[in-house]
Amino acid sequence: MYKYDQYDQAMVDARVEEFRDQARRRLEGKLTEDQFKPLRLMNGLYLQLHAYMLRVAIPYGTLNSQQMHALADIADKYDRGYGHFTTRQNIQYNWIKLEDAGDILADLAKVEMHAIQTSGNCIRNISSDHFAGATADEVVDPRPYAELLRQWSSFHPEFSYLPRKFKIAVIASDTDRAAMRLHDIGIQIVENDAGELGAAFYVGGGMGRTPMIAPCINPFVPLDRLVTYAEACLRVYNRYGRRDNKYKARIKILVHEMGAEEYTRQVEAEYAHLLEEGVEPPFAELERIRTYFEDPLFEAGAGDEIDRSDPDFAVWVDRNTVAHKETGYVSAVISLKPVGGIPGDATAEQMRLMADLAKDYSFDELRVMHTQNIVLPHVRKADLHALWTALDEAGLGSPNLDTVEDIIACPGLDYCSLANARSIPIAQRISERFAANGKTGTLGELKLKISGCINACGHHHAGHIGILGVDRKGVENYQLLLGGSEAQDASLAKITGPGFSEDGIVDAVETVTTVFERERQDGERFLDTYRRIGMNPFKEALYG
Amino acid sequence: MRLLTGNDLKTGAVTWWTGSDWSIHVEDAADVAGSEDEIARREEAARRVNSPYAVDAELQDGSPRPSHIKERVRALGPTVRPDLTLKPADPEIGNWVI
Amino acid sequence: MAETLRYRDDQPVDHPAVTVDAFVDQSNAQAVRIEPGDDTRELLPHLQRLALVEVNFPAFGDGRGYSSARMLREAGYEGELRAVGDVLVDQLAYMRRCGFDAFEPDQQFDMDDVKAAFERWPEVYQNAADDRTPIWTKRHP
Repeated sequence: MYKYDQYDQAMVDARVEEFRDQARRRLEGKLTEDQFKPLRLMNGLYLQLHAYMLRVAIPYGTLNSQQMHALADIADKYDRGYGHFTTRQNIQYNWIKLEDAGDILADLAKVEMHAIQTSGNCIRNISSDHFAGATADEVVDPRPYAELLRQWSSFHPEFSYLPRKFKIAVIASDTDRAAMRLHDIGIQIVENDAGELGAAFYVGGGMGRTPMIAPCINPFVPLDRLVTYAEACLRVYNRYGRRDNKYKARIKILVHEMGAEEYTRQVEAEYAHLLEEGVEPPFAELERIRTYFEDPLFEAGAGDEIDRSDPDFAVWVDRNTVAHKETGYVSAVISLKPVGGIPGDATAEQMRLMADLAKDYSFDELRVMHTQNIVLPHVRKADLHALWTALDEAGLGSPNLDTVEDIIACPGLDYCSLANARSIPIAQRISERFAANGKTGTLGELKLKISGCINACGHHHAGHIGILGVDRKGVENYQLLLGGSEAQDASLAKITGPGFSEDGIVDAVETVTTVFERERQDGERFLDTYRRIGMNPFKEALYG
Repeated sequence: MRLLTGNDLKTGAVTWWTGSDWSIHVEDAADVAGSEDEIARREEAARRVNSPYAVDAELQDGSPRPSHIKERVRALGPTVRPDLTLKPADPEIGNWVI
Repeated sequence: MAETLRYRDDQPVDHPAVTVDAFVDQSNAQAVRIEPGDDTRELLPHLQRLALVEVNFPAFGDGRGYSSARMLREAGYEGELRAVGDVLVDQLAYMRRCGFDAFEPDQQFDMDDVKAAFERWPEVYQNAADDRTPIWTKRHP
């Protein structure tokens, strides 16, 4: 894992003092709320439905047990004993006091964490593949590149008042586990025919009210020019991104309106200019960062057998563990989706348990998935039963990864001041319905995603089944969408037709799974069947 | 009726104008119809409230109930965590919100 | 209008600044004002006759002026670069890094806050238009 040196620490410490000073000036009346708002947002502090909300960055979703303990302590000391893991691999707290925020940032800085640029119209936390460094299908661990971009984007003097927020994801395998092409910039580290590594840039993706899948604007940027190319992409956006309408201000609209070709031409011109300016860090810096991401000391010849005599354990192993590049190891997914629970929420006690289990069984490392679960990336198969037993006792053993119960849901109208409808109760009712009818397992991979408004924090456009909550004359109403994917086969879901009530949407989801079961051919996922047979059979069953 | 609501600047807590002060309980809220802008300006300038705005409400059983569901969720707390709401012991409170 | 903060030793230009269009058309102007929507590149062929560039910030959240400033410095402009308008004290450090060396804010700054803003950052991560050495260069001298 990356470790701060004195420079990184000095910057984070300075940020804490800056924010303390800003909060003081706000409380003294030297800053108006309009002036303070962008400053607090750039430190992750929102004013939400019930209180201030603080979003803490978890760079590329990686953290150690000490950091997870610190997150638990913050939940107990400053919040109400829990936190919410987000779709951008961060954590947020819902009940924060402005007068405590500086102290929280100081506590975070002690464990090399921060809330820098977790909101605001700036470059946000860099997300990545939650199996980075553990999966066999990557050309290289993508996280050193994400860390380089984290440093470059932190306190960037030119790009802190962009037209709109800016999200970057970095992956390094053809299997996309980070919704890379639904980011403002998606970067895939690739290997060319000569065996050299480079970065493919996908620019102009996003969800929100106008979802777009990013086109590739450059298939191979040499790694010693990565920062320069990113700088060129951002400068063209900062100069020409729309500022007249916040709903058209994301880079996807610029790329769409300008055309990917013209955008690319301008980026290439700026890139050529910036290469002469010399903004790239020394290549030795990338080498330095890489040393922090070397493999842990895997046990040679670790046993490859798993004792599956306990049937509940066997189900969990089948559903929630994922192949590892090292013989005798797996990546284990801790589900934060108990049946009837709140997707992505974890109590302070659960955080502490996950931290301790990471220390005991996963080389002190945890990952946050964008699907709001937690990964222990490197677990010996021999330790799995002990791990599962501890998880199961704490309510963390749900065997439902990538099933219909593994729902992404935004906080919705229960917490969010932008929401039009509640998301969490819908997720709760759906997971209860499928747990009760026993179909969770047989339906196979089925990605269900729920947003409580058109901003799409719940990724509903990218769900095999998506649900969008809307406000219909003061009453919550839910639209159903089918056929989306955020993976390497990215596609945008389409609306089935008129929306449903709170109860009706749960029935509607069950109805479409019934169509799937009827039409499914061997081994098909819901998405495969949908793509083969199209929308009509589902529409007939829903509205016919 | 119209209610004036905002958040406490220091704590972020949802508050309601009672006619003389701010309360976290919506049942304390006073009708501000006609004077909402003036009170909001004055109270925000004094930093006794953050980002105040007025909402529509009706009287129900003698207490104000905001007309829109969002304001009712704000008034009470998250429907999915009754233990964290202002009325954790009231089993009927969900019906007031929804 | 508050007083102007200047971080240069030369005499201020006393000509009023003209618009970019007017500047490009008239050969004797030495001072120009860039609005957010202007194309800064139009100035680049004329830098040698410029002594003052004002970059207007009608709203502090509109960050186009940061790119304008850096592009002028990258092109070799050495005259005064002044941020004008809705400029907030919390923006000064980044503006300075982008090449601004004068500030004419709509609202007067508290000079203690100005001092704190410029002393805030012990280090910088990126190369920009100032002469500060980035962290990554210090790490690999």
